[in-house]
Amino acid sequence: MKVLVPVKRVIDYNVKPRVKADQTGVDLTNVKMSMNPFDEISVEEAVRMKEAGSATEIIAVSIGPQQATETLRTALAMGADRGILVKTDDDAEPLAVAKILEKIVGEEGPDLVILGKQAIDDDSNQTGQMLAALLGWPQGTFASEVKAEDGKLHVTREVDGGLQTVALDGPAIVTTDLRLNEPRYASLPNIMKAKKKPIDEKAPADYGVDLAPRLTVVKVTEPPVREAGEKVEDVPTLIEKLKSVGAL
Amino acid sequence: MAVLVIADHSNDALSDSTNKTVTAAAKFGGDIDVLVAGEGAASAAAEAAKIDGVRKVLHVEGAPLKKQLAEAMEALILPLMDGYDALFVPATTMGKNVAPRIAAKLDVMQLSDVIDVQGQDTFVRPIYAGNAIMTVTSSDAKKVVTVRGTAFDAAGTANSAPVEQVSGDFGPGKSQFVSEEMTESDRPELTAAKRIVSGGRALGSDEEFQKIIEPLADKLGAAVGASRAAVDAGYAPNDYQVGQTGKIVAPELYVAVGISGAIQHLAGMKDSKIIVAINKDEEAPIFQVADYGLVADLFNAVPELIEAL
Repeated sequence: MKVLVPVKRVIDYNVKPRVKADQTGVDLTNVKMSMNPFDEISVEEAVRMKEAGSATEIIAVSIGPQQATETLRTALAMGADRGILVKTDDDAEPLAVAKILEKIVGEEGPDLVILGKQAIDDDSNQTGQMLAALLGWPQGTFASEVKAEDGKLHVTREVDGGLQTVALDGPAIVTTDLRLNEPRYASLPNIMKAKKKPIDEKAPADYGVDLAPRLTVVKVTEPPVREAGEKVEDVPTLIEKLKSVGAL
Repeated sequence: MAVLVIADHSNDALSDSTNKTVTAAAKFGGDIDVLVAGEGAASAAAEAAKIDGVRKVLHVEGAPLKKQLAEAMEALILPLMDGYDALFVPATTMGKNVAPRIAAKLDVMQLSDVIDVQGQDTFVRPIYAGNAIMTVTSSDAKKVVTVRGTAFDAAGTANSAPVEQVSGDFGPGKSQFVSEEMTESDRPELTAAKRIVSGGRALGSDEEFQKIIEPLADKLGAAVGASRAAVDAGYAPNDYQVGQTGKIVAPELYVAVGISGAIQHLAGMKDSKIIVAINKDEEAPIFQVADYGLVADLFNAVPELIEAL
């Protein structure tokens, strides 16, 4: 089974984003960038499938600037076999990303595409579902467990109120939630090995996809700041305060 | 102008997020129809008919719709969109699962987790875990919007809109429902609760989580939440998780116990009306958003609080 894993380069999870003074976006100059945490979980899941013998080849794809090569190298160091960089300096919206991925799926013929459920920059939570629709494939989103059973893919999903398991007739799309696995750190020998793994460089035009955005940003602003309140001495004072504002 | 709202429901009952989505749709403008797709969902459809501002309810019955699986929902909704200018869906796990499939098939960019609707082209949504708020205009002919419930008041329920039985072609699809494991609880649902008690990693174990957090929630009639750290450590189930990747809540009272206040957690609760933080680390970031902060050992303070309430 061939597995395709799209990975996105985003602001590092631990960095607090700062809105630009001219309100055009979030300032990413000299900010640490990393692989989207949910995509790390996707790579890890694919690598575990390969280690278990159910996956034969893992292809990592990234759509982004030249520096997204680093993100691909991280995926390769974790255990992906080869990479595809679709190079663009424009911000690709989830719909355009899904269209490029649709074309790559057509060329590569994977049986499974594993994506992060959302990217922690735009928080859209769309690409996997869109790709599934464009391909006419079934989807198991927000997965906390994935296993093959009776020729179907059983995906346990994190849903409001609990867990839901669905059976998918392959080929299929899975999007990962936090509890699916704990991604490994790449070892130094694997990081060295990853430098020799091939990365194909492509452009959106190679896939005939127009990246022109459908959404135009009017402004990006700071959220309203919540003022810190007061420290209270002890439990009785806390209760008294809460009663005085009608919260108890 | 007409808007189709997809109801989130359990067949027996309508989720409050549906009423909030109708409020958002009303800000967009035009006639509002609500689609209730399920199996044995007559009571949910009857509830939807009561929502103020609704023109009519479209009620569709079918086994593949019982759990509102994305593939069946797409097949049902897509042809209906010929008659609508916009699709508004609650940003629940149902809505997040279904809406992007429709958007892709309509060739439009979805607007996710919208917190304000400013006319028919302009929408406001949080990005970067709520650390930035983005206002965007959409040039697409039809709009597909998922609605963050905490940002809109629930529409009233004094209406009696007609319920129309509709049929559709929606399956059997390439996915089947196998089983579910729902958290059994008599407590209010997290996203609809007026009061929430949340526990963090400082609880130290799932036993302590239950011993400390649950009785306080019982005393307050509150729902129980948890930080991602507490969920990751296995102290609480994932559907308790409040934050960027969990549930977004805005209750009247939010009590954070042993939660340090990572930005991802704050993203899920900082719109709460009153925030109380109990933490022994006085430098914890949670105190920067708390209305009332108590620097204390939670293992002493919470039992004392339970006793005094």
